[in-house]
Amino acid sequence: MTAPPPLLAIEGLHAAYGLSRVLFGISLQVEAGECVCLLGRNGVGKTTTMRSVMGLLPPTGGHILWKGTDIAGWAPHRVARAGIGFVPEDRRVFAELTVWENLDVAARAARRDGKWTIDAVYELFPILRELRNRRGGFLSGGEQQMLTIARTLMGNPELLLLDEPSEGLAPLVVEALLHNISALKEQGVTILLAEQGVDFSLALADRVYVLEKGRIRHAGPAAELRNDQELRNRLLSL
Amino acid sequence: MSPSFLFSQFMGGLTTAMFLFLIASGLSLVFGVMRVINFAHGSFYMLGAYLAWQAVQWLHPTGGGFWLAALCAALGVGILGVLTERVFFRALYGREELYQLLFTYALVLVLGDAAKFLWGTDQLSVSTPPALAGSVRIFGTTQPLYTMFIVAIGPAIAFTLWLLLSRTGAGRMVRAAQMDREMLDALGANVAAIYTAMFALSAFLAGLSGALVTPIQSIVPGMDVLIIVQAFIVVVIGGMGSLWGTFWGSVIYGQVLSFGILIFPGFSLFSVFALMAVILIVRPWGLFGRPL
Repeated sequence: MTAPPPLLAIEGLHAAYGLSRVLFGISLQVEAGECVCLLGRNGVGKTTTMRSVMGLLPPTGGHILWKGTDIAGWAPHRVARAGIGFVPEDRRVFAELTVWENLDVAARAARRDGKWTIDAVYELFPILRELRNRRGGFLSGGEQQMLTIARTLMGNPELLLLDEPSEGLAPLVVEALLHNISALKEQGVTILLAEQGVDFSLALADRVYVLEKGRIRHAGPAAELRNDQELRNRLLSL
Repeated sequence: MSPSFLFSQFMGGLTTAMFLFLIASGLSLVFGVMRVINFAHGSFYMLGAYLAWQAVQWLHPTGGGFWLAALCAALGVGILGVLTERVFFRALYGREELYQLLFTYALVLVLGDAAKFLWGTDQLSVSTPPALAGSVRIFGTTQPLYTMFIVAIGPAIAFTLWLLLSRTGAGRMVRAAQMDREMLDALGANVAAIYTAMFALSAFLAGLSGALVTPIQSIVPGMDVLIIVQAFIVVVIGGMGSLWGTFWGSVIYGQVLSFGILIFPGFSLFSVFALMAVILIVRPWGLFGRPL
């Protein structure tokens, strides 16, 4: 018997914005139930990797296997309906729609039934229930981040791509968010996280890929980096 | 000036306004959602008029069958809208305005010539549907029932569109597409299909207004260009992409035109252009629009 393919397997992914090449053969895997982190500074290709998976930036080479099927080059809505949810770093809530409308639109867009209903996401982020009639554009940064995650959950994704959720948020808000994402992880949501913040990502991740200039520099369990100060400095303190 | 005279000017202005609203609403809708300025919208209106005439000829050469003909014309133009969106407009989203203007202007020329080729250059006319052929007396004036109908259908369509956009799931999707197309796509929505549907609705409204205008205006080549200029003024006054802006822009346009004639006889369009100039100086984004 062969083992089932990993939930997501990226093989030799190349991507470019016009003539400027960003990814040079990224390979990584995410197993169901894992929280995997792409760690690296600004501009190393974390966002580009996620946008390529989502179909927002068609890759110039390589394969993106979702449960064994190559989805490289699929339109974003097909990728979303296949079960991959994307939380972009710049949040992009629908500013003129209320919190409730943002969630409703997402449920209609993905058309995937599951345990995530409006009530379930209000349970995870109680503040959203209080703010349900407020327009997205009038929320604070932290509230917008929660709404973006909740909105993506409404599509009942099997894999959540979280792009720099802690970026630009106050430390207290980051802590609350960390708590929320841990709760998601405990509920069995598979997460691929992109982060610059070492503490944030190591608190959540099971495994880590360290990216540098569009290549994977290091791959290993998060515990290794958590315990080995020297390794951490060598990989990340530049 | 007697009150009844003023009232009759007012009703004339309102009729013009509601016709313009029917046409301009589709123009505003497509701009608001897709950010495409469709110069060929007036051509869809013209085709609606010709198709309505043609359908009346086929259905009831002796007259009658107007409502069915109007519906067929609107549906026909809606289908044409779907085809042009799928084949041509799709390539224009996100491109510079110059490409959009050039392409839609080319479409104006092609459709204008096609209409001349198919229906000739003679004036065509359609008789008023019998049920609305009479008139009523209000405030000592005689108002044709058909214009009363037009005055009623304008707000009805404005209200329906507003309900559709603000109170239904489909409307929420459209508004989300308007705000962030890429994000909505990444959430799983087939935005291309939403765009096609909006374009079809816009063309349907243009075709419908073209069909409805036939009992009170004859169908002539050039009606496409004439109307698109007026529809643009309305949309600019009201604010690009704003439904209620387009509605009130139409009302203001109609009244200024109607009463402007009294002040500057012989220069009726002058007052409208003057109004547009003033609004563009004070609020470049229109009365209900927002700075882009």
